[in-house]
Amino acid sequence: MFDIEHYFEAKSVEEAVRLLSEHEDAEIICGGTDVLVKLRDGKGAGGSLVSIHEIPSLRGVRVLPDATLEIGPATCFTDLTNHPLIQKYLPYLGEAVDTVGGPQVRNQGTIGGNICNGATSADSAATMQTLNAVVVLVGPGGVRRVPVTEFYTGPGRTVRQHDEVCRAFEIKPEDYVGFTGCYMKYGKRAAMEIATLGCCVRVRLDDACSRIEETRIGYGVAAPTPIRCRNTEAALAGKSVEDESIYELIGTSVLDEVNPRSSWRASREFRLQLISELAKRALKEAIRRSLNHEAPGAAVPGEERR
Amino acid sequence: MLKIVHMWVNGNEVELAVDPRESLVETLREKLNLTSVKKGCGVGECGACTVLIDGVAVDTCLYLTMWADGKHILTTEGLKGPNGELNPIQQAFIDEAAVQCGFCTPGLIMTAVEIVGTGRKYTRTELRKLIAGHLCRCTGYENILNAIEKVAGIDS
Repeated sequence: MFDIEHYFEAKSVEEAVRLLSEHEDAEIICGGTDVLVKLRDGKGAGGSLVSIHEIPSLRGVRVLPDATLEIGPATCFTDLTNHPLIQKYLPYLGEAVDTVGGPQVRNQGTIGGNICNGATSADSAATMQTLNAVVVLVGPGGVRRVPVTEFYTGPGRTVRQHDEVCRAFEIKPEDYVGFTGCYMKYGKRAAMEIATLGCCVRVRLDDACSRIEETRIGYGVAAPTPIRCRNTEAALAGKSVEDESIYELIGTSVLDEVNPRSSWRASREFRLQLISELAKRALKEAIRRSLNHEAPGAAVPGEERR
Repeated sequence: MLKIVHMWVNGNEVELAVDPRESLVETLREKLNLTSVKKGCGVGECGACTVLIDGVAVDTCLYLTMWADGKHILTTEGLKGPNGELNPIQQAFIDEAAVQCGFCTPGLIMTAVEIVGTGRKYTRTELRKLIAGHLCRCTGYENILNAIEKVAGIDS
């Protein structure tokens, strides 16, 4: 028996917003793999829950008319990894969420919770940073869109207001077309582990596949919130993919843009070493995938149903 | 305040008045006496409380019974054949001596049933990843993998 005062089952996003507005002590629950674990530990005990678990419209992945990919926040990690649109256009995001916990947790836990919890260690966070994902929030005053790069305000804190519900994540075509990527997680075990460090590197090469046109570098646990390394991204632009010095460049340059801490999981020094090493490896793999012609074109509306 | 939940458990239609604060593991054990579902860590790390919900393996310690409304639940008790026969996975666990204390066994068997249900065959490496949500403190996993491999493994 969980220590909660009231439980409300919302049938729609609008109803969830209304319930949250009416009950200041209420928290949103979706997959439950974080909220219920915290409740077990006494955090948030005695409060109320507004469940959005049974709202089917919050699940799945769709293509919008302008080729934007729309990810439903209540999509569980397993469904995301296996979704044909994710496998075709954002395979590195599917790989990233396939490293969360274990299979049963991935069958329940959702990408919406992973982002809205505000955890820097969330396995989807580094990749979502590099995708410039837009968080669509619905509140009593209507809809607002917040870039995920401006979403976090501190450890476990985001700009989402208490009575706002995440309705979708939007990934625009300019943020995925032509890009390959790679997410690397370091944990002491291969499963059931929270990331000691997570790094996502994505590249877009020129038509001849000889030079880097654009790089995106995202980290989890390299700072109090998930971050991007924009100076390093800029420094890599125009570099030849055959130039071996790019790996030294990325491994050194990112160190000026991160601020990891020491925790019981790992020391700051070890995290700095991981930050440098994982970036090199992820860049190498992302380039290999581009050279292997794995970069996708633009998605077509309705294609998931064909 | 109690709420009515309507679900199918091991093929039987069940209607129950449940407290919305209940987890599914509590309902299955305490109201329906399905004690194959074990209460382990309570935080989704050990997998002892795994059942299939609409064919998908879920940790029932992190699943509110309210969410089970309208869904199909399968526990180890529901694997028995019409004449009491064991499921091929259960038989493989016996044949490969994949059981010691037995606490993790029902959960692992349910995950194995999910794996077999996909109709695919898996390598040992894939199977290791697929059972990563279960902790066994006795056997060291080798016999468990041997048993699952016997039913869902790629023929070598």
